[in-house]
Amino acid sequence: MSWDWQVFCQDTMDREVVQGCFGKGGEVTYLDWILSAWGWTISVSLLALVLALVLGALIGTVRTLQDRPMIVRLGNAWVELFRNIPLLVQIFLWYHVLPSLIPALKQVPGFVLVVLALGFFTSARIAEQVRAGIQALPRGQRYAGLAMGFTTFQTYRYVLLPMAFRIIIPPLTSETMNIFKNSSVAFAVSVAELTMFAMQAQEETSRGIEVYLAVTALYVVSAFAINRIMAFVEKRVRIPGVALTASAGGGH
Amino acid sequence: MKKHLLAIAVAALAAGSAFAQANDTLAKIKASGSVTLGVRESSGLSYTLGNGKFVGFHTEMGEIVLHDIQKQLGLAKLDIKYQPVTSQNRIPLVTNGTVDLECGSTTNNATRQKDVAFAVTTYVEEVRTAVKANSGITSIKDLNGKTLVTTTGTTSVQTLRKHERAGGIDFKEVFGKDHADSFLMLETGRADAFVMDGSILAANISKSKNPADYKIVGEVLSVEPIACMLRKDDPAFKKAVDDSIKRQIADGSLAKLYDKWFMQPVPPTNTKVGLPMSEATKAAWANPNSKPMEDYVKK
Repeated sequence: MSWDWQVFCQDTMDREVVQGCFGKGGEVTYLDWILSAWGWTISVSLLALVLALVLGALIGTVRTLQDRPMIVRLGNAWVELFRNIPLLVQIFLWYHVLPSLIPALKQVPGFVLVVLALGFFTSARIAEQVRAGIQALPRGQRYAGLAMGFTTFQTYRYVLLPMAFRIIIPPLTSETMNIFKNSSVAFAVSVAELTMFAMQAQEETSRGIEVYLAVTALYVVSAFAINRIMAFVEKRVRIPGVALTASAGGGH
Repeated sequence: MKKHLLAIAVAALAAGSAFAQANDTLAKIKASGSVTLGVRESSGLSYTLGNGKFVGFHTEMGEIVLHDIQKQLGLAKLDIKYQPVTSQNRIPLVTNGTVDLECGSTTNNATRQKDVAFAVTTYVEEVRTAVKANSGITSIKDLNGKTLVTTTGTTSVQTLRKHERAGGIDFKEVFGKDHADSFLMLETGRADAFVMDGSILAANISKSKNPADYKIVGEVLSVEPIACMLRKDDPAFKKAVDDSIKRQIADGSLAKLYDKWFMQPVPPTNTKVGLPMSEATKAAWANPNSKPMEDYVKK
């Protein structure tokens, strides 16, 4: 069995090799298709990441509030709910089960449901990291903030969160990379992303090795790009003289 | 996604050992007293009951072929090993010698004929459309503006794509992870029609909560000859397999086998698939051949 990278230049209809590898005038080559699939993977991942960061930061923070046991319990329940169910099962719950309970959800495209599922799943993991980051700070920091006359909100805004977020950048980097890799479950509910491309294109072309290698490379490129962005952020927010982030780079 | 990694590993191994294989399967069977039959875990023609038991129309036909070969070779005992294969690994496993004869649900097409050989066609799959019985859909033209589901990693996706680009009707596509998911999409109303191999549609309908709620309608969207797959450039083995199949067609035993697996209750649920033999399959039996799918399109 030898390599045949020409397979990406083939038209997806008649399997003829197209000059220049990009289809023109309605033709679609496997190269066009894999790039479009990559776009879907990136869209799902980035949107889910935004949702996960916002929700995760919020829920992680409220879980450390003192004298608000009800809110803390709600936050804990959120984390345990989304952390204890496998991601693929959550995707199916969003796609098949919830719409049968709430008919209005039937009109929502699968893409949106996947972003919600992946975002909520990851938000639970990020919330846990945010909580751990805040609780890792010396207790005196909170008291110092309150002694300054800050309200609770101000204590979090100016004292606790800036420190906590710096501490948790390395695990957050892992989580952002995970979102790219986890986005592969979206194929199960009909989002035309890279994994679906891989399964379909290898069946059509019988060139599974080339197809899987290309898809693997794109996943690696996407996840590594996010890793580098996070490493940049980590470097930029470092406080000189504070050894919170001793190691260079952000990954695990 | 472990299955895919495995497929890559297997395929990489195949690349290394493909040339070490001597192309004389009959001699290999005679020398070792054993043969490996490639089977599928969940297809209409070949599936597992669990515990390493494999059944189905094509599995049983493959077993009969191997018994005929045992007789031909004069072996007192032939040990049949079963090797489950997937769409991803079936061709590498045949070319590298792990599987001697694959009787699952492999379509004979021109691309695959570059890598492997096929026995005479024993089943002609017709891609059809399943809809809810009360949907009012009776033909392809009723699908305008509807949502169609098919399964990722199947040739039906290509069929749909061709119909869409051919123009005339405009429809949305969704894709199930596997046939069960695709059927669930039809069941829950996420799709109005499920486009797939007729045998798979019939099997899913027969196993559904209420089979009367569904029906298979409309034109045949594409025709695919299904055949047992074997290594290329081994004419003696191909002749032995073909002779056995022709014998089974001629003495009517293959027709009985068809009746057993498609018209009678079958395990594990003891429901009837209820798919009468198509004209295309009858034609393939009347004139046994190894024509690839492309030759069917032309006529």
